[in-house]
Parts: sequence; structure tokens; C-alpha cells
Amino acid sequence: MSQYLLSMHTVEGEAGEPMTPEMMQAFMERINTLEADMRQSGAFVFTGGLHGPDAATVVRSVDGETILTDGPFVESKEHIGGFYVINADDLDAALAWAGRVVDAVGHPIEVRPFHDSRGE
Amino acid sequence: MTRAREDHREYTDVERVFRAIHGQAVATLVRAFGDITLAEDAVQDAFVIASEKWPEDGIPPNPAGWIVTTSRNRAIDGVRRTTRGHELHDQIRASVEVQSDTDSDDDLVKDDQLRLIFTCCHPALQREHQVALTLRLLGGLTVDEVARSFLVTEAAMAKRLVRAKYKIRAARIPYRIPRDAELPERLQSVLTAIYLIYNTGLDDPERAVLRGEAIWLGRSLAELMPDEPEVSGLVALMLFSESRVDARDDGGKSVLLRDQDRTKWDLSLINEGHAIVRACIRRDRPGPFQLQAAIQAVHCDSDIYEATDWPQIVALYDHLLSIAPTPVVIMNRAIAIAETEGADAALHQLDSTASDLDGYHLLHAARATMLGRLGRQEEARIAFERARDLAVSPGDREFLSRQVEGLDNDAPR
Repeated sequence: MSQYLLSMHTVEGEAGEPMTPEMMQAFMERINTLEADMRQSGAFVFTGGLHGPDAATVVRSVDGETILTDGPFVESKEHIGGFYVINADDLDAALAWAGRVVDAVGHPIEVRPFHDSRGE
Repeated sequence: MTRAREDHREYTDVERVFRAIHGQAVATLVRAFGDITLAEDAVQDAFVIASEKWPEDGIPPNPAGWIVTTSRNRAIDGVRRTTRGHELHDQIRASVEVQSDTDSDDDLVKDDQLRLIFTCCHPALQREHQVALTLRLLGGLTVDEVARSFLVTEAAMAKRLVRAKYKIRAARIPYRIPRDAELPERLQSVLTAIYLIYNTGLDDPERAVLRGEAIWLGRSLAELMPDEPEVSGLVALMLFSESRVDARDDGGKSVLLRDQDRTKWDLSLINEGHAIVRACIRRDRPGPFQLQAAIQAVHCDSDIYEATDWPQIVALYDHLLSIAPTPVVIMNRAIAIAETEGADAALHQLDSTASDLDGYHLLHAARATMLGRLGRQEEARIAFERARDLAVSPGDREFLSRQVEGLDNDAPR
């Protein structure tokens, strides 16, 4: 069993119109169904939604000194809005979950494998 | 995949056997080792040993079996010496023991080859990588040969192959035949890769070897998946195209279908293509490749261009459009429409898809042809020039330059 990161990529300014309460409710229902299925099948490991890049701080070490910078590491219109960490047998299984996440949230999903315990 | 293929270059008998069994040997060993690079290297080692032994001792009766056994023994020796050796060693021993009874099992060998094809052409790999992996692992081309067919250096190709294999391993692209539900889409990816290999060979005389390679891969796949008519359709499509290769080239100049000397067409390939298309029609499970093959079958049916059954061709394009409504299909259908309804109707339909195909030289060449027939010479010249500037293959560029000149000569009238 391997683990994969499914990250949701959102584009600044492409959020579209704000959701009506009905849309929000339908959205939450899709997410709840998806996550319930993930949990039931043992795929679910962890999930989270992220604040926007304006809330980010970058920490780096320069000549042994810790320097803080306000803002994201890469200035970009695209950023990760949230993610799932899932268990899956192989890429096909991970891609199938990614397809369901895309259907639920409407944003592109990047699927990336974690290193396994042997470092592969 | 032990079938002989049409070679375009001189190979020794031993080299020919290597290329024929490469895919089979790698496929079996990937299952045993669970790692493509390990399998590939082991097969390479075994080929080195074979190239010393076989010329003296003769080629063994089951060369693929010989290579697999030798590769396995070498790989087991090899992994023993590595840090992770013990673990892998046990893994390989276990798999070898499980398999030793079933090695002669024809179905298992076939399944391994299918697993390898579907892994190489997995849609999570970029198309160029799919094609490179397929040529290297299944076609048995050397890295240098694959590099030459892509017009890149051997080092660049080696890097590309390493990257593709890294992704297969790291992302855990599964080594299996897709389930029924996924099969049509995944098979389409494989067929598209093979057809791309064929067309790359068709576009450039320097890379003509790829045509034979693609036909061989297609035939092999048809043997492995006899129940998939789309595979047969692809083979027939390539055979029809191949039958006209000599006629479409006049000393480096491209010759249009309408101007080809049809006595130069290869009848045995055409007959084989017709037989496949008839079998596909009997099965009645049409798909894009079968329909394209059927269209080519109609073209190859008439001795002279003027006798072409255009209504039949348009009907086949209509069918194709209903299942694969792509801009290229719309374009090709429009070209056929010119013969049934005239250049005006054709131009109208070409214009409807022009924005989708603006970077495609054939769209502009088709528009230019229709404009020329309608007497709109200046617009035709601009369109031919645009087509010429977009064309990649030397033959096409030369042909389109001639069209521009032809219009210029007509102009003063």
C-alpha cells in the first residue's frame, strides 16, 4: 500500500461567483459523501483546507540567521487550496480517487506519490 | 512477439532475434523482478552473453526462454551483491520458483507482453515518453536508435527514458492489463502511440524504420488481443497507408492521392487490409481506427481517382464524426465533401473548424485547394504559403512551395 498526496490547485481570481447557500450545501454533501467513502474503504489518511497565500510566511536560513519573509515561497496566481493524503494500491487507484475529488470540488488535482518506508 | 518484421536496415540473424524477443524477455522479467530497469539491464547482459555464444553454438531453439533464464541468473547474481540484495533476492527466487512450471504457458507470456504495453503507454506518462518506452522495451531498439528516430542525442534520450521509468516506479504505475471498464480508453492510448510511431516514420524518410516498427507492434498487439477490432483496424489503416508509400514519393517530392500512379500501390498489403476491414465489418463493433481503415479501403478500391466512391467515403466520415467529433475528422470530411457537393460547401465546412486547426498545415493546404478551385487565386496563394510555413516534413514543404509557384504562374492570365 502506498500513500499519495492529492492537492487541489486553485487559481486566484478564478473563484467565480460566490456560492449560494444551496450550492454550498450541495458542495458539502458531495465532500461528505466522498470522505465517507474514503474512510470506509480505508483510503482516507488526512485532509486539510488551506488559507490563501497572503497568510503565508517563508522561513529561511541566511548565514546561520533565520530570516522571515511575508508571503508565499513562489509568487504565483496558482496555489494549493487544500489536499488529501490517501492510501492506494497503485497509481490507477489513486487516479480514481483523484477523479472523484475533481468531480466534487471542481478544481484540478495533482497526484503525487509519497516515498515509501524504504525510501523508494 | 516473435513474429518477423519488415526490416529497413541490415541486421545480423542474432540481432534480428534479439529485437524480436526483446519485448517478451523484458515483459517476463518485469513481472519476476517488479522493476523495469532491472529487467532491461538483465536482458542487456544476457544479450551480450548470447552475442558471444550464439554465432558459434547456433541460435537456441527457444531464444526467448534462453534469454529469460540467463537474465534471471545474472540478475540474481547481481542483486546478491547490492545492499538491498537479500530482500530482492528472496523476492526474485520466490517469483522464479512460482513461475518455473508455468514458463511455457503461452497465455502467461502473452499477458506479460500486454502488461508491458499498457504500462509503457499509461496515460499518466506523456506521449513522447510512451512512444520512447514502447520502442525501447517492446520494439527492442537500442537507446541510440530510439534517439535517432526522435532526432535527439543518445544522452538526451537516455535521460528521457530514465525519467519515464522513474515515474513508473515512483508513482507505482501498475503492471497489469486494465480492467474491462478502463480497457477501451487505455487501449486507445496504446493504439494512438503506435499510430504516432507509424506517422513519424511516414513524415520523414530518415525515420522510415519506424513504419515497420509500428506495423510490427500493431500486428503483435492484434495477435495478443484478437477480440479487439480496433487493434485490427489500426493494423489495416497502417497497411493501406504503407501500400501507397512508393507512389506518394517521387524522388523526394510528395505526390497527392489523386496524382499517384496506382500501379505502384502494393496489392498484397491492400488485399490484407481489405480482408481485415471485412472481418471488422462482420464483427460490427465499429471504432475510430476501423472507420479510418474502411475509408482508406474505399480509396484503395478504385483503379483511377475519378472512380472513387465519394458518397461512400462521406458516409463513413459521417459515422466517424458521430463517434469521434474531432477537428481533424471535420477537416477530412470537408475534403471529401468537395467531391460530392463542390468546393464551396467544402470551404464552408473547413472554415467552421479553422480556428481549432490554425497551426495545422493540412488545414491551410485544404483551404488553399478549395479557394483555388473557386478561382480565388490570391487567397489561395496566402493559404498555401501559410501551409508551407507550417509544414514540418521536407516533402510536404517542397510540395506546398510548388503549389504557390503554380498559382503565381497562373496569375497573369
